[in-house]
Amino acid sequence: MSITSSTASLPQRDSIRGAPPAGERAFSIAFSAVLGLGIFVALGGLAAILIWAVSAGLPRLDWGLFTNAPSTARIETAGFRTAIFGSLYVIAGVIVLIIPIGLGTALYLEEFSDRTSRFARLVDLNIQNLAGVPAIVFGILGLAFIVRGPVGIGFVAAAGSLTLALLVLPTIIVSSREAIRGVPRSLKEGALALGATPWKAVWTQVVPYAAPGVLTGAILSVARAFGEAAPLLLVGAVTFVTFNPRFWSDGYSVLPVMIYQYATRPQASFRLLAFAGVLVMLVLVLFMNSFAIWLRNRYERPLQ
Amino acid sequence: MNADPTPEHALPDAAAAPTVGSSMPGGSGSSETASTGFDLSTALGGARADDEERARAEVVFEADRLSVFYGDFQAVRDVSMQIHAKEITAFIGPSGCGKTTLLRSFNRMNDLIASARVEGGLRYHGEDVYGEGVSPVIVRRKIGMVFQKPNPFPKSIYDNVAYGPRVLKWKKSDLDDVVEESLTRAALWDEVKDRLDQSALGMSGGQQQRLCIARAIATKPDVLLMDEPCSALDPIATLRIEDLMRELKDEYSIVIVTHNMQQAARVSDYTAFLTVDIDDESGQRTGELVEMDRTDRIFTNASDPRTEAYVSGRFG
Repeated sequence: MSITSSTASLPQRDSIRGAPPAGERAFSIAFSAVLGLGIFVALGGLAAILIWAVSAGLPRLDWGLFTNAPSTARIETAGFRTAIFGSLYVIAGVIVLIIPIGLGTALYLEEFSDRTSRFARLVDLNIQNLAGVPAIVFGILGLAFIVRGPVGIGFVAAAGSLTLALLVLPTIIVSSREAIRGVPRSLKEGALALGATPWKAVWTQVVPYAAPGVLTGAILSVARAFGEAAPLLLVGAVTFVTFNPRFWSDGYSVLPVMIYQYATRPQASFRLLAFAGVLVMLVLVLFMNSFAIWLRNRYERPLQ
Repeated sequence: MNADPTPEHALPDAAAAPTVGSSMPGGSGSSETASTGFDLSTALGGARADDEERARAEVVFEADRLSVFYGDFQAVRDVSMQIHAKEITAFIGPSGCGKTTLLRSFNRMNDLIASARVEGGLRYHGEDVYGEGVSPVIVRRKIGMVFQKPNPFPKSIYDNVAYGPRVLKWKKSDLDDVVEESLTRAALWDEVKDRLDQSALGMSGGQQQRLCIARAIATKPDVLLMDEPCSALDPIATLRIEDLMRELKDEYSIVIVTHNMQQAARVSDYTAFLTVDIDDESGQRTGELVEMDRTDRIFTNASDPRTEAYVSGRFG
């Protein structure tokens, strides 16, 4: 009885027509709006920087910017050549250091250590904490231990590489661990069941599968290292280097430091040079990332 | 948290083990047994095995009160059994009875779980699988395994089959022959011979599983462990795998875990029925062997009423 009457009072009950209740719709709309806002802020910020840098630096953008050495006397033809060399040396060193060390640490922690052991947990905790240490602290560390102190290699590009490698290692370790964790266990088990040693199983199954993720972490880490100025100021990236540096000897400079130096000078033509320097950095970062992404896509499970 | 400090309560009566633990000392949760002075024939006598028949073939595996633990949790308790060469042995039983755990202890796949631990004896052709100086890597080269879900590597069909031989550093010039022979044995050659360089992931589920079998037999192991190899397959693919198992039987000793009793009845020579014992106090679910016998006897004339109840569908 009561059932019939309640159905009668809700004649639309059996129909599947009509929209969901207004409250749910409002929530969906609000949710989409928040997502849209997020995308707008992220992309809008990036676009603003690009437009600003391009419009301010474009008048000065030419090949001389890449091929000429810095100069305070001939502002019109001054370039960034030595800083580009410095940056490329430093970054090359960073890449060579962080990929094997970062991947190795991540593989050890994910595949070979007993994750419940005290040691593994201590390492884990420290990596998380290191990721939050300010860059300048790594600069001081580099000055005390790499430039002077036990390593004592002086103010050279290699010292910059080592310092920046320490700075970005936590990032690449964490992202590599994520990538390794994403490898299906069944692959490693399958390899082990065929009599592969644990090392062989990891190297032939886990590493190739995780490679794209590891490379993504490396791209992010290297991009960050490329833009760092603060720690390098402490380990010898001096402002004006008018000769091409070498890796193991001589002073060196890097692009962000160079840009900072030009930007703080009072003359307008130096500021213009600083904006052009930003463009140089953008071009180089774009090149490096394109190469890294091309490399990653080549690895990206070509057989799937 | 690795070492498990459970006190060793010796279970006095060996024969008490196969007859379910209502009499087990509860509370402490430890029913570990010291396996000193244990006579295997006592336990096998309980399984009503015909000694003459059992003696006819070479013994591949001999488990002697084998228990498997994950940390404090006992997954399998006191399993004693013999597995013979060139037979298909099936493990059946309800979910959670430790069939897979038991199977994976045979080629030391449980070693991958840090908290896993084995007690009791497991001998492979008389050698202690868990003995000192035994490498799990070498064990797994003799004892191949096929998993529940087909797990081809994200490589070409050829590279999948060649993986094992390459691990063993077999001569490169032999690889083509090994691949062809293995795929032929796995009844897959005709289907894939024209696309060996294509991804194994593009195959159907049944083909993938046959590829995994081809991969496992490529290195000519002695035993093939199969963990519910057909549970992810359709009935036709299942029948093909079963045909394949019957063909492989003349060269390999096969142990198969299955949820499908018809499958056990169709393909196996011997069947072990395991059940799960739920501890009244802790609620722990521990697997135990109820009986092991010729498959036809298990299905038509089981000696234990629990086996009969299970195979006739009245429980589990």
